[in-house]
Amino acid sequence: MNSESFWSIFINASLVNNFVLAYFLGICPFLGVSGKMETASKMGGAVTFVMLISSICAYGIHVFLVAINAPFLQLISYIVVIASTVQLVEMFIKKMSPSLFRALGIFLPLITTNCAILGLALFQTNKGYSFLQSIVYALGAGAGFTLALILIAGFREQLEFAEVPKVTKGTVLTLMIAGILSLAFMGFSGLAT
Amino acid sequence: MSEVTSHSTEAKVAPSSTDEFIKGLWRENPVFVQVLGMCPVLAVSNTAENALAMGLATAFVLLMSNILVSSLQNFIPKQVRIASYILIIATFVTITDYTIQAISVELHKSLGAFISLIVVNCLILSRAEAFASKNTVGKSIMDALGMGGGFVFALFCLGAVREVMGNGTFFGLSLFPEGFQSWIVMILPAGGFFTLAAWLLIFNLLQQKKSKQ
Repeated sequence: MNSESFWSIFINASLVNNFVLAYFLGICPFLGVSGKMETASKMGGAVTFVMLISSICAYGIHVFLVAINAPFLQLISYIVVIASTVQLVEMFIKKMSPSLFRALGIFLPLITTNCAILGLALFQTNKGYSFLQSIVYALGAGAGFTLALILIAGFREQLEFAEVPKVTKGTVLTLMIAGILSLAFMGFSGLAT
Repeated sequence: MSEVTSHSTEAKVAPSSTDEFIKGLWRENPVFVQVLGMCPVLAVSNTAENALAMGLATAFVLLMSNILVSSLQNFIPKQVRIASYILIIATFVTITDYTIQAISVELHKSLGAFISLIVVNCLILSRAEAFASKNTVGKSIMDALGMGGGFVFALFCLGAVREVMGNGTFFGLSLFPEGFQSWIVMILPAGGFFTLAAWLLIFNLLQQKKSKQ
């Protein structure tokens, strides 16, 4: 059993080993929906929620799979749980806020294939976190993902009217900003061991 | 995702199977043109060897899932197709995971969780949805080979640049005289972003030149 403190897990997951900028997880929505600040923050919220639910489920599944001694089913059962959670969130958002549903578009069902979520489930299993530690880890990872998304969206909103060479418009520019942000986030290393 | 939809309409026009193969390699390269499956591209491309292994593993899963999806297209109900595709993909990824572990424990360690994460590689799911579910088995195989080849090529481009600049080596062989000061930043996450940005820039420039002609 891992004995990391909750605080260090949270800081580690959100800042030091940021899922987007250090582990490169969840790059697709990161490039796709980071155009506007508002969409970015709501996408972050949705992803954090899915992370939390699937992290809790993944913990339960792991305990069960260890009990019946079938570790090769791990990947398949994790992905099924994530897919159904995303379906749930999709129905919820469609009902509560149709405009947000339209804004997120294809990227909402694609949360299923967001590697950040499956990555989280796999990492927490590998690290042997307890139930509470898993929850804190999920919250930290979600916060880190949202933070990265909002930061990038802020930059991209500012750069909308900037005059950049035509070839660098779009993905190239976003990747360069992401690189610089990633350098900046390296400054957090050493904050938690 | 607009690239994916625009591509699926194009696929109906494309006639011969060699054409399906060529398009994945260059014209619709999954990484440089469609910008799909970025996570593993950036994460494991710190050395040429890792990049090549990851690319081959992904290409294998892509090929197998394309074959299965295209041959089962009449049996899978429309409503649950995405879930079925993911299950098919997850099965092959589990096989690949255990195979790599059996071949080389060291390689398995350095690729880490990213082998399991092939499941959520958007490239594979998008090929299943946009191509394999609508085309014959033969064409799907060609498509998978082309796209897989394009993916391996792209990963290798990134991995080679990052390893040579960040480590001064190529496939573990030292390239420079002893005084060479390597650019540590290229192996770090930031270097991945910068290298990919540079490659995309080159591709954009090439395309711009072509359209001007």
